[in-house]
Amino acid sequence: MSTTSAKPAAIVGEELPVLTRKDFVSDQEVRWCPGCGDYAILAQMQKMLPELRIPRENIVFISGIGCSSRFPYYVETFGFHTIHGRAPAIATGVKTARPELTVFVVTGDGDGLSIGGNHLLHVMRRNVDVTIVLFNNRIYGLTKGQYSPTSEFGKITKSSPFGTTERPLNPIKIALAAGATFVARSVDRDTKHLEEMLYLAATHKGVSFVEVFQNCNIFNDGAFAAFAEKEVRQDRMLYLEHGKPLRFGKERQHGIRLNGFKPEIVENAQSDEGLWVHDAKSASIAAAMALAEMDYPEYPVPVGVFRDVDAPTYEELVAKQIEDARARGEPDFAAVLQGPETWQVE
Amino acid sequence: MNITKQTEEALEGLDLPPNRRYQSRNFYALGLVLWLFDRTLDTTIKWATDRFKRNPEILEANLRALKAGYAFGETTEMFHVRYEVPPAKVQPGLYRHISGNEATALGFLAASVLSGLPLVYASYPITPASDILHELSKLKAFGVKTIQAEDEIAAMCMAIGAAYAGHLGLTGTSGPGLALKSEALNLAVMAELPVVVIDVQRAGPSTGMPTKTEQADLLQAMFGRNGDSPVAVVAPATPSDCFTMAIEAFRIALKYMVPVVFLSEGYLANGSEPWRIPSLDELPRIEWHYAAERTDGADGKFNPYQRDPVTLARPWAVPGQRGLQHRIGGLEKSGETGDISYDPGNHHRMTLARKAKVERIVQDIPPASVEGPEEGDLLVVGWGGTYGAISTAAENARKAGKSVAHLHLRYLNPMPANVGEILKRYRKVLVPELNTGQLCLLLRAKYLVDAIPFNKIAGQPFKIAEIEAKIDEVLGLRGPYELEFGPASVLGGG
Repeated sequence: MSTTSAKPAAIVGEELPVLTRKDFVSDQEVRWCPGCGDYAILAQMQKMLPELRIPRENIVFISGIGCSSRFPYYVETFGFHTIHGRAPAIATGVKTARPELTVFVVTGDGDGLSIGGNHLLHVMRRNVDVTIVLFNNRIYGLTKGQYSPTSEFGKITKSSPFGTTERPLNPIKIALAAGATFVARSVDRDTKHLEEMLYLAATHKGVSFVEVFQNCNIFNDGAFAAFAEKEVRQDRMLYLEHGKPLRFGKERQHGIRLNGFKPEIVENAQSDEGLWVHDAKSASIAAAMALAEMDYPEYPVPVGVFRDVDAPTYEELVAKQIEDARARGEPDFAAVLQGPETWQVE
Repeated sequence: MNITKQTEEALEGLDLPPNRRYQSRNFYALGLVLWLFDRTLDTTIKWATDRFKRNPEILEANLRALKAGYAFGETTEMFHVRYEVPPAKVQPGLYRHISGNEATALGFLAASVLSGLPLVYASYPITPASDILHELSKLKAFGVKTIQAEDEIAAMCMAIGAAYAGHLGLTGTSGPGLALKSEALNLAVMAELPVVVIDVQRAGPSTGMPTKTEQADLLQAMFGRNGDSPVAVVAPATPSDCFTMAIEAFRIALKYMVPVVFLSEGYLANGSEPWRIPSLDELPRIEWHYAAERTDGADGKFNPYQRDPVTLARPWAVPGQRGLQHRIGGLEKSGETGDISYDPGNHHRMTLARKAKVERIVQDIPPASVEGPEEGDLLVVGWGGTYGAISTAAENARKAGKSVAHLHLRYLNPMPANVGEILKRYRKVLVPELNTGQLCLLLRAKYLVDAIPFNKIAGQPFKIAEIEAKIDEVLGLRGPYELEFGPASVLGGG
């Protein structure tokens, strides 16, 4: 997949700053464990941000609690490290008040899908124009190794010494079901793809949800290694491209077709005919849901943009109602205070 | 008298189903009462005409019943007494009726108009606070943005987001909702953001009695958060006072960069009273300013905790302000740099600074004044919606020659500077509250005064007679007084 085609040519304007990656590096010492996948995500974000051509002071990073939520400290923008799970709600307040700001929500599988699950659903349902990056490491890292809502069934962790008895959530399915207008997935180690997904998410108007498979090398090392390591990823991951047939493999030799609702692998598919053509713009989420259900080892793991549709944003609609109300008449404070009925006392 | 039958007779000839006729009997009764108190029908006719404009048949039935009730009073010889209520002596001006929730909504609108800052109100529907959301959601032309949040926590967080972004962040709820908001409210304490939380108190604990009034969230507002976490607390005394104290809430929040809890009550929220409508120039100024922008390219690090020497407020640096990029959050920060700090001395100093900041609000609130003698036998201290009952009971006591004054606190944290000194001027201090003694506890702890609690936890306001009886007991003019609900023996302790 091309990594640059989706980007517009640089906008030239005297007001727009020309910034570099270094401009987005804060003076704070980064305190993740050495080897953590978070470093790669931070690096790609800092590399991507200058391409937005937005002044640093107009960008806000909002996070909750967890390893990933330390992210705002390391980015030289406005940053708000809030409380566990609530970043989407705080971001909704920021965007409702100030729609012109560019807002990122950084969260994790525990922060976003466990303690903050409700807020994540509703920020996506409302289509607030924020970019949500969910670092999914399938473990609780900051609290040192308990299972998370995305940990695989039966996983042995500190809090599940005999294996979990809980089935995991699939973040992409949650985002699709909640009506997110942009849904994508990437992997910390595939830095070019990750940077592109971050850029597409940031430039999408409306809510963007990006799940990033992120390796926690201390408490869940190698969680994604079976399909995400460089040597195997072409064969075991499926890079989604809108309008193109689903193909994977080093030579893109294999295809996917649909048998009813069930995807089937077509090994060494000679022709594109009959292959499942990816439609990220579909109003229906049915096909994207079927994609989201594909998982290794039965299938290659889909990454890329699952869904990318247009819809009015929440803050746009709120502002429109205010505009409409003003068009009907200038606000009259004295009249509002008086209410429906008054009387004069001499 | 058989009002149902008389109503049905009055409506004979109207084209209404038989089972509809008796439903207008409330209008019949109202007509009779209006006659009894020598009141005009005009206001009711005007109101009903508007209310039932889409149902002309029902309007006609109701008006006919209303007039029939009035005529019944005039023609019958049943009543030998008729009451005349003379107009109250009040300040001249333009008046309206206003409920506490309406006044609350308009007060926060006024805060937006006075400050020039757009208002964002995020709330999750809850009895008895929902009317505030309904009222504010109509005021779009003023730029008021209302969000019906997914839950109480989100509503608090959205208000914080709006405050962080430089607008007026407001949320509203009742007691159980305040419990849910406490973690996020604590973030606003730590981040030192100017949010206001309305708590229209209702009977608790837990779901309690949602439609019944109580004053039992004072200690929750004061202390219901982890850590040493001071917030400012204000409480309106009457329905129309909700307007004044709403403006006060944001005046304090913005000047001191501090969360403020506005404690209303079900009794105030749904009660209404005549209100002299103020003009804009009568209202207080709301001072605020964002941090100074740094457009000179100065590269020095911006410290979001550089405090104002007088108010101890930190600068309000909002997104979009050039050169002021910074990071705040729930973790303790260094007062010197704004960076995360676990330094023991820093945490000690920052905790004391947050406390001192709230205490310094005292320099910006009016001194308390008493109704009645400046010193004497008894001071009755109240707060919130008990104002009317306490004020009348104390006045009646004075008319009977007793030395009784009334102090009503509208600023609960901090309390006005002269409260301690006032308390010392009376031989006894009585604190009537619709809880088990929460203000009393604070007064005793803060001022070492032997305040006597008087508590009613019935979901109902005080009756004037109850306070009068307790006043007499404390003055030694009668034996021990118990509310009708019975003494503590209900607990089974004998």
